Amino acid sequence: MKRVVGLLALAVAVAACGADVERGTEPVTAKVEKADHGDTFIEALLGNISGLIPNVTSDGASHEVANNIYTGLVTQDRELNIVPDMAESWTFSPDCLDLTFKLRRNVKWHDGHPFTADDVVFTYETMINPKTPTAYREEFKVVGSVEAPDPYTVRIHYPQPYAKALLSWSMWMLPKHLLASYAREGKLREAPQNRDQPVGTGPYKFQEWRSGEKVVLVATRDYYREGPYISRVVYRIIPSQPTIFLELKANGIDSAGLTALQFKRQTDFPAFRKAYNKYPYPANAYTYFGFNLKDPRFADKRVRQAFAYAINRREIIEGVILGLGREATGPYKPGTWPYNPNVKTYPYDPARARQLLAEAGWKARNADGILVKDGRPFTFELMTNQGNEERRKIAEIIQASLKEVGVQVEVRIIEWASLLKEYLKKKRFEAIVLGWGIGTDPDQYNIWHSSKTGPDELNQISFANAEVDELLEKGRSSCQQAERVKYYYRLQEILAEEQPLVFLYFRDALPVVASRVHGVVPSANGIRYNFPEWFVPKALQRYTAG
Amino acid sequence: MLAFTLRRLLLAIPLLIGITFVSFLVIHLAPGEPVGMNPDDGVGQIDKQTWELLRKEYGLDQPIAVQYWRWLTRVVRLDFGRSFTPDSRPVLHKIGERLPVTLLLNIVEMIIIIGLAVPIGVLSATRQYSAFDKITTVFVFLGFATPDFWLALLLMILFGTQLGWLPISGLRSMNAEYLSFWKQQWDFVSHLILPVTVATFGGLAGFSRYMRQSMLEVVRQDYIQSARAKGLAERVVIGKHALRNAMLPIVTILALSVPGLIGASVIVESIFAIPGMGQLMWQAVFERDYPVIMGNLVIVSTLTLVANLLADLSYALVDPRIRIAGRRGRR
Repeated sequence: MKRVVGLLALAVAVAACGADVERGTEPVTAKVEKADHGDTFIEALLGNISGLIPNVTSDGASHEVANNIYTGLVTQDRELNIVPDMAESWTFSPDCLDLTFKLRRNVKWHDGHPFTADDVVFTYETMINPKTPTAYREEFKVVGSVEAPDPYTVRIHYPQPYAKALLSWSMWMLPKHLLASYAREGKLREAPQNRDQPVGTGPYKFQEWRSGEKVVLVATRDYYREGPYISRVVYRIIPSQPTIFLELKANGIDSAGLTALQFKRQTDFPAFRKAYNKYPYPANAYTYFGFNLKDPRFADKRVRQAFAYAINRREIIEGVILGLGREATGPYKPGTWPYNPNVKTYPYDPARARQLLAEAGWKARNADGILVKDGRPFTFELMTNQGNEERRKIAEIIQASLKEVGVQVEVRIIEWASLLKEYLKKKRFEAIVLGWGIGTDPDQYNIWHSSKTGPDELNQISFANAEVDELLEKGRSSCQQAERVKYYYRLQEILAEEQPLVFLYFRDALPVVASRVHGVVPSANGIRYNFPEWFVPKALQRYTAG
Repeated sequence: MLAFTLRRLLLAIPLLIGITFVSFLVIHLAPGEPVGMNPDDGVGQIDKQTWELLRKEYGLDQPIAVQYWRWLTRVVRLDFGRSFTPDSRPVLHKIGERLPVTLLLNIVEMIIIIGLAVPIGVLSATRQYSAFDKITTVFVFLGFATPDFWLALLLMILFGTQLGWLPISGLRSMNAEYLSFWKQQWDFVSHLILPVTVATFGGLAGFSRYMRQSMLEVVRQDYIQSARAKGLAERVVIGKHALRNAMLPIVTILALSVPGLIGASVIVESIFAIPGMGQLMWQAVFERDYPVIMGNLVIVSTLTLVANLLADLSYALVDPRIRIAGRRGRR
């Protein structure tokens, strides 16, 4: 899990469920349409990419490019189910400790070498080598052993059951025959494959990278799955958001993520609707109003519940993101498999909020109309990070809503680094408005477990609940989805009852794609999961070259 | 003259070292570590062990003084090190591929600014308080007051999306490789029109004002009076006797404005998505990519010092008083 820092929230497009399509005047394309090859797809990247071996980079731009060049053993389909990619199939032992992959036999590296089990072992060894500067080692440190009994079989042993075992093998595979010596030395970053000769197994081959200007990929002929149809993908590096939007309006790029304002108000004219289709879907991050549970006032469940009733989520979603989001009832996205739709909800009800506060002892009011208990008025400081308009507005709406029920809130906006270092880590805060990004696996041990309340850990609100601890432990040590569902359903029931955070909303990601591109199917997993299957009918193709 | 040049060159060396030392200190005092290297950022980051290995490799575990000394001794041998970002490329390569565009942009800007500012300044000085002078005054205040990025967006909307005459951003069109030679050249030039216009606008305002001021000063001098008394044509009086003297301070201001122009490149290059030094510097600062930041600073400060030196030299060349004063000062 990663904390979502304001501006970065738009970056990655791996996400949720039940997306709607806002179609332009273009008729909805029939499923049976024959896919044509050809044309160029132009995308904008906000930042320069930092390298071409994604295992050692950690920025969104590099990964977006690398996802077309490299593939893993498994991947996720539109419902976020784990499906085979370079693996043909897999089997788990009943105790979840042994995982065996059968690999496809027709996979080739872009230089013609066959892809074999040796490459899988090599990738694993590279990932756990302490000299490899990677941010993704964690998932491979829990592996006991990896071996290749034959070129198309990989056997992996885990000393303890690990829920993310299967998903972790969606890691980009690296070519042993080219990178072995660099990886051993810990010099992967200096390998030519990181600069201008990347060799992967994905649908697109690298052609050119002009630093700060563009990256060009071309379709391979022998991709092992369907596609790719679009012959060339060009990533233009445009470091300014307004410029990207203007390029979009001038049809200079084929896809971009919009802000709520652009989506609702600035793209609603015929020419734009004709040129682009909009594909909103819930992003995998939610925004919350959280409390320091060490504070005796917030330690009382009734106070937290009262606040949940006092806040009008609908109003927040309308006012802050123009209605482009969904109410959150817990930390899982509606429509994904761990999401429990039947938990306690808190509709806007200020009267109920006042009643709950009264039950908690906040009855008397002082001259300013503020609730008082034991002579102390109920006032607290609500913090959020600078540079995030959305959160600032939410804090102000909360301030107004709580004033209605007699609680005074001071909003304080602090620069991100010092908010994290001086206030969150030292637990010197009363309440916060922030967000959490959610991964594609439901394990949220690091956020809710009572052992994770240290200064460098993520349970900053100091939530502790014995049953939750147990559910989290069970959930992360099972490899059976059917069993895990039960734990996470119960987890959400408890969180909904306890309201350690007031869950506010999952905002929508708002991508648009040129309408000449067909085959885009928005889903729980965003829109990019089937990019190789996108195509442009011959009659609509714009760029002949390539 | 030779002694003067040598003296100035020698003085430039400690100055440059001083600049790099202060910059080095300031950059390392700024909070944050090179990108992806701070284990405090939480999960999904490099683990502690690797982080320590990397810090050691980059020498970040040493005191700042040691780090600076190491950096300085390498730079003297023209080794600027490798970038901290995952591409690990030598700093000189990174800067080398970005420098030409930025230099081109700045030189073109400079030429346009001088080419326009001098006649505008002279005209408004010789016709002080005329309609032309008043119009240019208004224009100058507009130029001073208009933020670069705002003007850039307005021009992009007008010429890029509304009229569709000019490309909005970048250096080349997507299909540039498939165009004929001359079309490719035009394609390149058309991409530069808006950025150069934006970058020139602000500078033009300032320079035409300096030129006007300097010219007003000169035309009041006695030797202009006597030139007129000799019966010289007004064209000769202004064009030869006055202009030459009025240009002197402009040369200095021009040299001093080099860092400003390169600084302005950051905004222009980011908005117009031009892969130049400004953009590189901008990103390097955010990523705390110390070697790239320092490399950039060394090059920009060297350029500034060289420009200053050239200004002083040309000044000395045309004005003997400076050379003589310098010699007296030494005695």
